[in-house]
Amino acid sequence: MQPGFFVEDTAFRTNVREFVRATLPVDLRHKVLAGGRLEKEDYLSWHRILFAQGWIAPNWPRVFGGCEWSPVQQHIFEEECALAGAPGIMPFGIRMVGPVIMKFGSAAQQQRFLPRILSGEDWWCQGYSEPGAGSDLASLRTRAERRGDHYIVNGQKTWTTLAQFADWIFCLVRTATSGRPQEGISFLLIDMRTKGVTVRPIIMLDGEHEINEVWFEDVEVPAANLVGEENKGWTYAKYLLGHERTGNAGVGQCKRWLAELKALAQHQPGNDGRPLADDARFRDRIARLEIDLMTLEVMNLRVLALEQERHAPGPEASMLKIMGSELQQALTETTMQALGHGAAPYPQPLTGRYLNFRKATIYAGSNEIQRNIIARHMLGF
Amino acid sequence: MYSFTGEQQQFRDSLQRLLREDYPFDRRRGIARSASGWSVETWRQLAEVGALALSLPEAHGGFGGGAMDTFLVMEECGRALLLEPYLSTIVLGAGTVARAGNEAQRAAILPAVGRGERQLALAHYEPGSRYALDAIACEARRDGAGWVLSGAKSWALNGATADQLIVSARTAKGPSLFLVDRTAAGVGVRDYPMYDARRAADLQLDRVHVAPDALLGEEGEAVPCVAAIIDTAIAALCAEAVGAMAILLETTGQYLKTRKQFGTPIGSFQVLQHRMADMLLETEAARSMALLAASRMAGAPPGERSRIVSAAKVRVAEAARHVGQQAVQLHGGVGVTDELPVSHYFRRLTLIEMAFGDVDYHLGRFGRHLFDTQPQ
Repeated sequence: MQPGFFVEDTAFRTNVREFVRATLPVDLRHKVLAGGRLEKEDYLSWHRILFAQGWIAPNWPRVFGGCEWSPVQQHIFEEECALAGAPGIMPFGIRMVGPVIMKFGSAAQQQRFLPRILSGEDWWCQGYSEPGAGSDLASLRTRAERRGDHYIVNGQKTWTTLAQFADWIFCLVRTATSGRPQEGISFLLIDMRTKGVTVRPIIMLDGEHEINEVWFEDVEVPAANLVGEENKGWTYAKYLLGHERTGNAGVGQCKRWLAELKALAQHQPGNDGRPLADDARFRDRIARLEIDLMTLEVMNLRVLALEQERHAPGPEASMLKIMGSELQQALTETTMQALGHGAAPYPQPLTGRYLNFRKATIYAGSNEIQRNIIARHMLGF
Repeated sequence: MYSFTGEQQQFRDSLQRLLREDYPFDRRRGIARSASGWSVETWRQLAEVGALALSLPEAHGGFGGGAMDTFLVMEECGRALLLEPYLSTIVLGAGTVARAGNEAQRAAILPAVGRGERQLALAHYEPGSRYALDAIACEARRDGAGWVLSGAKSWALNGATADQLIVSARTAKGPSLFLVDRTAAGVGVRDYPMYDARRAADLQLDRVHVAPDALLGEEGEAVPCVAAIIDTAIAALCAEAVGAMAILLETTGQYLKTRKQFGTPIGSFQVLQHRMADMLLETEAARSMALLAASRMAGAPPGERSRIVSAAKVRVAEAARHVGQQAVQLHGGVGVTDELPVSHYFRRLTLIEMAFGDVDYHLGRFGRHLFDTQPQ
């Protein structure tokens, strides 16, 4: 009668912890823990270290070069990396387009793209949202017209995270206008260096350049870069979003943030002059955050286990996305409030984090859209 | 997700079938109005399917089940809104005897409990103690080889129908536990219904004489023992709440799909769909913490056990309040009537929210060690 998902894998955790301690570069660690802005090379240096160890794709099957770890192991790995101050693994290749190519791509696409995702040679970005297609993603209008063995792509994507670093973009494009909007969408892989692709920065509310507009003007894309069948892209897109949402829980990161908040509360004076840690009101707030984090952690394990059982993410990922993003926001908010007006001088990382993470309840399908998904697919409305 | 063993699933299915077929809501309504407030017949059926013996030690006629097995039973109790004294007799009563009792006490009591022939109740709280576990004013004085107990006890669940009461009283060595026959001379019982239709009792002990072997466990060791048992009971109540919330979610969903206003089922309105999505989120959050608490009940050191139980109680209580209130709200006018089950589930969830410590109590208990333990 062992409770399946709470069995700690001590040997695995020790192994991961020792590896991370031995290989994570000290300056990179400090940069992450200080909340500094990471450059492309920061992400890639850690990516290459994990790749060399064979640990870059915890959720991939072994046949494609992944670890095929159990949900508990994936959870431990993410937690140890986050607590140690390692940069997160960029999700665009490993968590998003990789699983789509594995499930729906051709053998040629698998051989061409998957090894380069693993090695870090290709940085991917996500071409989903458009100025007129946010929550209503299926109304997207970026067109791809077939001309012989090429598609000609015209249109605009937006909110494209770290497109300025990207070698490739996976795009939802319109290949048909008849029928339901969902029925004319295709999933296309586009080389960012192709003539006619332009990236324009969007500066976010925290003053940083994290997201972009990506413009396509008569961009020629080989038909061989179409994933699966033409006009079936919506199915692939939803599959990808499920994977993305499961990854949005961010349990390890939340643990680090909570530990930072607790450390801050122990020396930050509260309203009666004593440390916030001794202020009953503030303690209750931290206690609630910690309880919500415990809840998120168990939810995460339950959803990962379901996903592994079904070999596909389900609508439960939407619950995880809501809970994870709300907790991330609550942590950043409480941390900023702990600083009081000390949070005002800008830029400073903890304030930047609060501002930056307003995005969390909007991206990957706003939390209102997640509630629609839950209502439709889990409650039968 | 946690997967129960095939054996556990079979047991759950048979219990679910039994309660669905033999414990419809109309029957429950009649049972609630009966003199004892629970059904001897249902209790016998629970004994027959092995639910009563499930968590008792194998050496004393039980199946040696753990907290996860209790989780299964309690979740079904929650779904059926069962009135029978499972929590008081099995979790609190038999749990205390199994934990603190000597071999003779265990052998005398537990097999009879497992067969459904004996009922127990824990009488620990006192007037004015609120949720504190160490505020024991009740006294036990030596009387030759035996003891004489005097004092007042409050909120003893199903205390009026128990054959034996487990009473905490202070000796020279501190709070200790005693087995007291409910019908012993000097035991005054005031039975009352609670707002969830269950029963509890306040007790007056007026120079109640008990034999030397009435002492349950070590003298002076009542508080850590009761604390452990109440943690177990809280974990069990969390599971019960999850079962009750699941039913509210189902029935509210069905109601929204059939109730028409403005010419359309009200479930077509997005504002109501989002309320339902939030109720599901709350229920699954509660389930997660209830599972965590149950899975950590065995083997964890007391401090860690209490920390996790308090976390679970906070999260489950808040979910129970949210889901219960929203279920009533979404039912509209019929939600506030006695006629529909929804208000009865709401009342039970409200009581669970306050039982064995409310949110503030457990937030405080959890927060006490916030800065001296690392998050798990």
